[in-house]
Amino acid sequence: MTTTSARSRARSSGAPPRRRRIDRVRWWSYVLLVSAAIASLFPLYWMFVVATTDTATATQLPPEIVPGGNFFHLAGLVLSTVPFLQAMANSLFVATSIGVGHALLCSLAGFAFAKLRFPGRNALFLVVVLTMTVPTQLAIIPQYMIISELGWVDTLQALVVPGLASAFGIFWMRQHISATITDELLQAARIDGAGTWQVFWRIVFPIVRPAAFVLGLFGFVTAWNDFLWPFIVLKSPERYTAQIAIKALQNSYDIDLGLAMSGSFLATIPLVALFAVVGRRMVAGILDGAFKG
Amino acid sequence: MTTTLAPARTAPPAPPPAGRPFRRIGERLAPYAYIAPFFVIFAVFGLFPLLFTFYVALFDWNPIGDHTFIGMDNFTRMLEDPRFWNAAGNTVSIWFLSTVPQLALALLLAHVLNHARLRFALFFRMSVLVPYITSVAATTIVFAQLFDRDYGLLNWLLGLVGVEAVDFTQSTWGSHVLIATMVLWRWFGYTTLLYLASLQAIPRDVFEAAAIDGASGWKQFRHITIPSLRPVIIFTVVTSTIGGLQIFTEPLLLSRSAPLTCGPIRQCQTLTLFLYEQGFGQFQFGYGSAIGVALFVLVVVVALINYLLSTRIRAER
Repeated sequence: MTTTSARSRARSSGAPPRRRRIDRVRWWSYVLLVSAAIASLFPLYWMFVVATTDTATATQLPPEIVPGGNFFHLAGLVLSTVPFLQAMANSLFVATSIGVGHALLCSLAGFAFAKLRFPGRNALFLVVVLTMTVPTQLAIIPQYMIISELGWVDTLQALVVPGLASAFGIFWMRQHISATITDELLQAARIDGAGTWQVFWRIVFPIVRPAAFVLGLFGFVTAWNDFLWPFIVLKSPERYTAQIAIKALQNSYDIDLGLAMSGSFLATIPLVALFAVVGRRMVAGILDGAFKG
Repeated sequence: MTTTLAPARTAPPAPPPAGRPFRRIGERLAPYAYIAPFFVIFAVFGLFPLLFTFYVALFDWNPIGDHTFIGMDNFTRMLEDPRFWNAAGNTVSIWFLSTVPQLALALLLAHVLNHARLRFALFFRMSVLVPYITSVAATTIVFAQLFDRDYGLLNWLLGLVGVEAVDFTQSTWGSHVLIATMVLWRWFGYTTLLYLASLQAIPRDVFEAAAIDGASGWKQFRHITIPSLRPVIIFTVVTSTIGGLQIFTEPLLLSRSAPLTCGPIRQCQTLTLFLYEQGFGQFQFGYGSAIGVALFVLVVVVALINYLLSTRIRAER
């Protein structure tokens, strides 16, 4: 009790020397964090360096550590080796569809589990949670057989449809809707004659849209970066996503060593740009996540 | 507060507008319609393929030809296949090398990031998340270049201090270290932020009180940070294990000459890559599915061990 009041007094009247010493951020904390930041950012910088230098420069010792002037030359080579712009457009289409699908479908299901009463609700939600622990990636052979039965091999819907909703997204939105929307608000809307859909679309969704947006962002990033499933499903170069195009560029490394690096860099630019704008919200989304407490 | 709310709770729900039976049925079914998309998607692309894996594993199944029932033959063949055990060993080795340092580093970083007076906190938080938005394919391309035997920056730096160049793609341990480094790089920031989220839920007073009582940073870390993060630590161990057992893209892109085996002597072929090689490289869907079943068993075993360990830890406390 005494310590609490002593501390609050200390806070208001400027910290006494003893306390400042205890509470100071140690110098090694900054050393550690700066190292982590450099380690995180350097590979991206290096990608840019190699993507702007020709093979001769990239293979010289000591390595060139500043960007060269060859970016457009290499980018041109990338575009003439694989239909890279098409691949970027394909990635954009797939990732946007999955992002939007996640934001809408997971909000809708999260709303149902958080605020609607229906027989079997708890059991069904338990099923949703349990599915999170099931590693479905090891079933790629039957998954491919299903896609093949549907006639979806070498199509983009084979990438979009399986990723439209996720158990984690539903779990996340349910937590969020439970925490932010009161039953009284929904009851008031119902007394005014709103149906369930109107309650969701006019009241719930506008309130939770920021959270749904962050969820959609994570869906977008995951879909943009996905490799194994597109690698199995896609066959023709004009259907490639950006990641599969990188693999194709790597196969033609006899043209130029920096080609795959150039493609990697081009495929990463959109995400880095996106991250520069909304990264703050992604960080907040994780910090605000289901594991708080 | 309670008294004003109580009547609202017990009040009957607003009566549906009369004379619109369709709407009433629609209202009844609405919740099921809202959750249906996920269940349909999961049933078709998740649960059914998983169960079907067990079925296909009992066949000699050629995707463009016939399939004949052969019982457990795929499994006995797998258990006698040195390539399977090699892949299993590689998977566990890479998983261990990537997970243990990653979680330790994330704990440390989260502890440091949680400091109230840290400057540039947002910059640090955002920059450690940059690897997460970088694709595995791009990560592999750039790390393979950085770790290259002849022209890589790392080996050049090692050369400056007199260490002989390490061949990170051709040697077994070297390729494991390289792949583990890539996994660690992509995920440590995300894990750090998950830990930080849990740390922020601990009242700051707890740390301040400990500091005033003379607990050093290390003691705070040991006695406050770690115990209160236990649930999220268990979660990240489970997820990184499931992720670690499914490592595929890194080994596939690492070896340009023999991508499906990650090198001539399968030095870094993981189980998922072995599954892909058998299923889609050799068109043996039956044998590939048996490998899938083995992966499933591994995941279940690891999940059980985790569960037992975590309940024991809880019991000991």
